[in-house]
Amino acid sequence: MSETILNVEGLTVDIPLGSGTLHAVRGIDFALKRGETLCIVGESGSGKSLTSLAVMGLLGKRIQVGAAKLEFEGRDLRSLTPRQMQALRGDRMAMIFQEPMTSLNPAYTIGDQLCEALQLHRRVSKAEAMAQAADLLGKVGITAAESRLQQYPHQLSGGLRQRVMIAMALMCEPDLIIADEPTTALDVTIQAQILRLLADLKREMNLALILVTHDLGVVARIADKVAVMYAGEIVESGTAKAIFDAPSHPYTRGLLDCIPVPGKTKPGEPLGSIPGIVPSLVGDVAGCAFRSRCALANDACSETIPKRTASGEHMYRCVHETLISEVA
Amino acid sequence: MSGKNKREAVLELTGITKTYQVKQGMFSKPQPLKALGGVSLRLYKKDVLGLVGESGCGKSTLAKILLGLENPTTGEVLVDGRQIGPADRQLLARRIQPIFQDPYSSLNPRKSIEEIVSLPLVVHKIGDSVSRQKAVTKMLDLVGLPERSRRGYPGQLSGGQRQRVAIARALVINPEIVICDEPTSALDVSIQSQILNLLADLREELGLTYLFISHNLAVVEHLATRVAVMYLGRIVEEAPAGELFAGPRHPYTKALLESVLTPDPSLSVPDIHLGAQYPNPISPPTGCHFHPRCAAARDVCSTTPPPHLQSATSQVDCHLFRKGADGRSLVPA
Ligand SMILES: Nc1ncnc2c1ncn2[C@@H]1O[C@H](COP(=O)(O)OP(=O)(O)OP(=O)(O)O)[C@@H](O)[C@H]1O
Ligand SMILES: Nc1ncnc2c1ncn2[C@@H]1O[C@H](COP(=O)(O)OP(=O)(O)OP(=O)(O)O)[C@@H](O)[C@H]1O
Ligand code: SF4
Ligand SMILES: [Mg+2]
Ligand SMILES: [Mg+2]
Repeated sequence: MSETILNVEGLTVDIPLGSGTLHAVRGIDFALKRGETLCIVGESGSGKSLTSLAVMGLLGKRIQVGAAKLEFEGRDLRSLTPRQMQALRGDRMAMIFQEPMTSLNPAYTIGDQLCEALQLHRRVSKAEAMAQAADLLGKVGITAAESRLQQYPHQLSGGLRQRVMIAMALMCEPDLIIADEPTTALDVTIQAQILRLLADLKREMNLALILVTHDLGVVARIADKVAVMYAGEIVESGTAKAIFDAPSHPYTRGLLDCIPVPGKTKPGEPLGSIPGIVPSLVGDVAGCAFRSRCALANDACSETIPKRTASGEHMYRCVHETLISEVA
Repeated sequence: MSGKNKREAVLELTGITKTYQVKQGMFSKPQPLKALGGVSLRLYKKDVLGLVGESGCGKSTLAKILLGLENPTTGEVLVDGRQIGPADRQLLARRIQPIFQDPYSSLNPRKSIEEIVSLPLVVHKIGDSVSRQKAVTKMLDLVGLPERSRRGYPGQLSGGQRQRVAIARALVINPEIVICDEPTSALDVSIQSQILNLLADLREELGLTYLFISHNLAVVEHLATRVAVMYLGRIVEEAPAGELFAGPRHPYTKALLESVLTPDPSLSVPDIHLGAQYPNPISPPTGCHFHPRCAAARDVCSTTPPPHLQSATSQVDCHLFRKGADGRSLVPA
């Protein structure tokens, strides 16, 4: 059995606003082993990026992060100083951001940026770092790596830049990579190439991967585990098979009905939809946050919502307990 | 109704090229970039023409030319068989309206929803204030926004509601053709489905014709009646949607379709066997622009541009095909 490398329990993110406190992430749990891929999906604004940033320790001082447990490789991340946290980032854990242009420095060559992290965290010469950078660029499918190292970010296409970001995250051979929408800005052929690459690298290097995305096709193809977020909570989680074959939370089911699926939905026929909008999470929030949009809602939905488990790791939060068996 | 090929094209493009002058370095002199290399297309009434292709292949450039926002370098735009020149922009704008990708930046945050939706009527000097108010009421109802939202501002609306406002604004002057450039890619899937359903309903109700640009092939398959596939400034294949998705001909179309990730957890990410030699639009590959990445390429592909082949319903530009003996079908070469 492989070891758990990330263990998160009761994670909260609170943001003070003029009008009150925004409870953006409201007590979520997840754990990840080496070699596993966790996909986080969910409505825009449900707290996916904040969750990633909280784990990486990248949220500003103004934002309050709380947790019952926040452990990485057995270390309590909450006990680390900012310096220790920075030493961990880019070394043992790395993040790939959604927009590569904002996280690459336009003034430095690709080679300099790739080598920086390695030279910062390990005692290696520039030549050694460059050799490793060239090797990694090759691995992420960039040809003519030596000449690419001399180029500046603006001289590369979007797909190439995203690969450079992935190479950068891999430079120190981290144990955990968090990728926030890494392929959203890319077209489908490049997306497929990058996802294959991530899956291969994960296997080769036995690392753990958290992928944030709202593309359910990507999730189905790459996830071992899935967490579905809605309004700051994980409303359902389980293996990819459980989530796609036996979706149980009404939001998850609604989501799966919304997308056209070649061969399943009929061209031209109306798609499913989830009417209504996400409620405000400023101030006190009680009951199920999905109830204003849920066709199955009743009075009990304004009370505390039980956490239900079915077969092993499959979990969902809903007052209805028969949903899983209905589908199975 | 007579045969399909006799249907009247509401919009026709013939041999459209567009060349931009671009600088590659700070001190180098500008070089020509051919964003469109001779595009011919027909849009038939009530059709939904899906336009797909790699990032940077020229889809948005084509949309801008249709909207009169850019002039083609060469080639003609015909509306109802009549040629449209630079002086006819007003006419073009009344008949062809856009819906863009980003509903957050495409609406003026300081204008009320009523002002935003009625603006095209004001610009084209259509009606008086009373009739404009009525038109706004009708549009809000049509796109499913509550009447009270007319006094609201974009900042108070969700992404899906904003995109509805953008659709109302596009439709208020009764265009016949709507150009949708990635209209749902900035939206949640739950909102995407509402907008796709709305676009389908409006097509039925108002007899609209769409040019629908998208990276999401599942969405294109769902909505489109015809599909055109672009690669590096050229249309490489065009066919009725059912035909194209059931039997793609061009190797690039095949790679595109193989890249679609259906939500099936028993499958993994496919290997699409597409080389990573992304073309440089400033010095495109010789012969077939796609040959450096094409798994099926033959010797002739690197030297000679592919033939432009037309069947009764479709077209493809590829050396792997030739015209059948009947002159109406395409067979392997
Ligand atoms: N720095 C901040 N200040 C104030 N509010 C914030 C801040 N960062 C995030 N939020 C709010 O917190 C909520 C969760 O944001 P988050 O970025 O985690 O969403 P997300 O799930 O990643 O959404 P998306 O799919 O749109 O990227 C949103 O309502 C967002 O507006
Ligand atoms: N104003 C401009 N000046 C110079 N080059 C331009 C200009 N507009 C577009 N281009 C270039 O023309 C080509 C086609 O661009 P276009 O925006 O039409 O692509 P697209 O197919 O819409 O791509 P995407 O899917 O990424 O939106 C690209 O190489 C682009 O860099
Ligand atoms: S013409 Fe040749 S290179 Fe181009 S797509 Fe066809 S087979 Fe491939
Ligand atoms: Mg996010
Ligand atoms: Mg575009």
